[in-house]
Amino acid sequence: MKIPAFRVALIATASFLPLSLLLLIVFLVLYSWPAIQFNQFDFLWTNDWNLGNLYGNPVSVHGQQIMPGARYGIWFLVVGTIVSSVLAMLIAMPIAIGSAYFLSEGVRKSWAGPLSLFVDLLAAVPSVVYGLWGYALLVPLFGQTIFPFMVKTFSFVPFLNGSAGSGYGLLTAAFVLAVMIIPLISATLREAIQMTEPALKEAGLSLGLNRLEVFWHITLPKLKTVLIGVGILALGRALGETMAVLMVSGNALNYLPNNIYAPISTMAAFIASQLDSALQDPTNMAVEALSEIALVLLLITIVVNITARLMLWMERIR
Amino acid sequence: MATKALDDTLVTVDKVTRRFRISLWRRLMTVMAWIFVVSSFVFLAAMFLSIVGDVLVHAWPALNLKLLTDITNGIGGGLKNAIEGSIIMSLGALLLAAPIGISAGIYLSEHGQGGAGKILRFLSDVLVGVPSIVLGYVGYITMVIYLGWQFSVAAGVITLTVMLLPYIARSTELALGNIPLAVREAGYGLGAGEGRVALQILLPGAAPAIMTGLFYAVALSMGETAPLLYTAGWSNYMWTGHLTKEPIGYLTYVIWTFINEPFAESHMLAFAAAFLITAGVLILILLGRWFLVRGQRRTGAYQS
Repeated sequence: MKIPAFRVALIATASFLPLSLLLLIVFLVLYSWPAIQFNQFDFLWTNDWNLGNLYGNPVSVHGQQIMPGARYGIWFLVVGTIVSSVLAMLIAMPIAIGSAYFLSEGVRKSWAGPLSLFVDLLAAVPSVVYGLWGYALLVPLFGQTIFPFMVKTFSFVPFLNGSAGSGYGLLTAAFVLAVMIIPLISATLREAIQMTEPALKEAGLSLGLNRLEVFWHITLPKLKTVLIGVGILALGRALGETMAVLMVSGNALNYLPNNIYAPISTMAAFIASQLDSALQDPTNMAVEALSEIALVLLLITIVVNITARLMLWMERIR
Repeated sequence: MATKALDDTLVTVDKVTRRFRISLWRRLMTVMAWIFVVSSFVFLAAMFLSIVGDVLVHAWPALNLKLLTDITNGIGGGLKNAIEGSIIMSLGALLLAAPIGISAGIYLSEHGQGGAGKILRFLSDVLVGVPSIVLGYVGYITMVIYLGWQFSVAAGVITLTVMLLPYIARSTELALGNIPLAVREAGYGLGAGEGRVALQILLPGAAPAIMTGLFYAVALSMGETAPLLYTAGWSNYMWTGHLTKEPIGYLTYVIWTFINEPFAESHMLAFAAAFLITAGVLILILLGRWFLVRGQRRTGAYQS
């Protein structure tokens, strides 16, 4: 039998892709294994990240060498990551739906192309530039003008009152994240709106609904699954975003936010900012604990992504 | 007489429709919804213009030839080493990722209907969702520590490669999917083998779309910071050509470290780097789109 050389070469080259993902997970688990043994799973809901006394003599706990007093609780990171991403979703979803409608049905076709360039290019702006923009423009603006105003206006609403903070914090991070994920949601949604059967819309129009009512009562309910799927996908992106959050979140340590202006930190930003200090730990447990955070983050995003992909696959959108 | 009766009926109908008013509530809601829809787009456009404008305004005083001819010196200087590093790593990652990604794309498009194809597509989708900082951290523990490469070009490039793979695979798959089945049949009918059909018929036919995907991938890798922080490190000097054990500078690093320095000169340099990166990324994306449009217009075939 003739060996199909091309097919074999193709598969061999292509297999680097799944291989890299599997190796990624395997190496991460192997490297963080000592930290997993030491931390068990309690570290997810305890709130005391502390590298311990770095000048003491290492002690042995659960068979692992650590510095005296070292604890690696990351509850504040779990809270910060999830709350900032969910808040970003709440801001992003309505705006993404509005702009998707505007670009797919609101303006005439010849204008939609050039105008959609704004949204598409927004998706291409590097995340560190978002961070710089947040740092240089949003943080002073929010901290000095908007947050104090919001505190005064919403003084009766829980989580919106209290100290206005410095501008670095949960709401700033969520706002930057929202601007980053709106183009993603909007682009997929636009595609889905155009794929909806015209007959459905025509049926609605023939009943006397105007175009917006057709969209609200017919198209949008039809696209519910797509909407949820692409929303979860964007949530995954927001959960893993590093640089932009790092530059505007205030990098709180062991601190739970008491209102939406308070400083936070997220898992991704924490990994990026803490490696230098973790390297001071002679037992290497701090670096392995960071690796465990990376593993947790990876697992969360994988679960989130799989959920989203399954929902989108059901609607035949990739 | 008949026409008069008809006229009367029409007048009655007209009166009825005039009396029939859309309820105030419905009108109000429609107007509100329109205002919301338009303002949500205006919001996005404003955000884009504010990002580009903010970067441009701050970077303007720093844009001079010194950026291209001097190297950084810790708090200021030029960006020659960082520009060089960004270009080297993006092109290096492209060089590694393109063959693998395009192969995966061909496999997905031509043989991707079966179970193996579904799994590959699924894993590729999962890889897209892996946060870039996690990729960087794994690059750090495997290549920088375990293999002992230290902060190096090789570690940075390979980390970026893994990040780019799924994007290139997907854009290739979509590009090939737009080619009609008849084109493949024509190839096989002339006695061409599988490889010849893929390499000499399908790839040239889909070239504009695949090129667009590659441009997008380069733009993506140029703008990344998180995967490079712990793999490529940072260097104030020009690259001397060692793949391992020599850190390298890159533009996005300048943005996020120099903005934290207390000096005005460092801030200007950070904004200058942000300007160069944003301009580079946006130009690459627009160039890729132009390439796609031109290619489709010239060959006239395989429109999506």
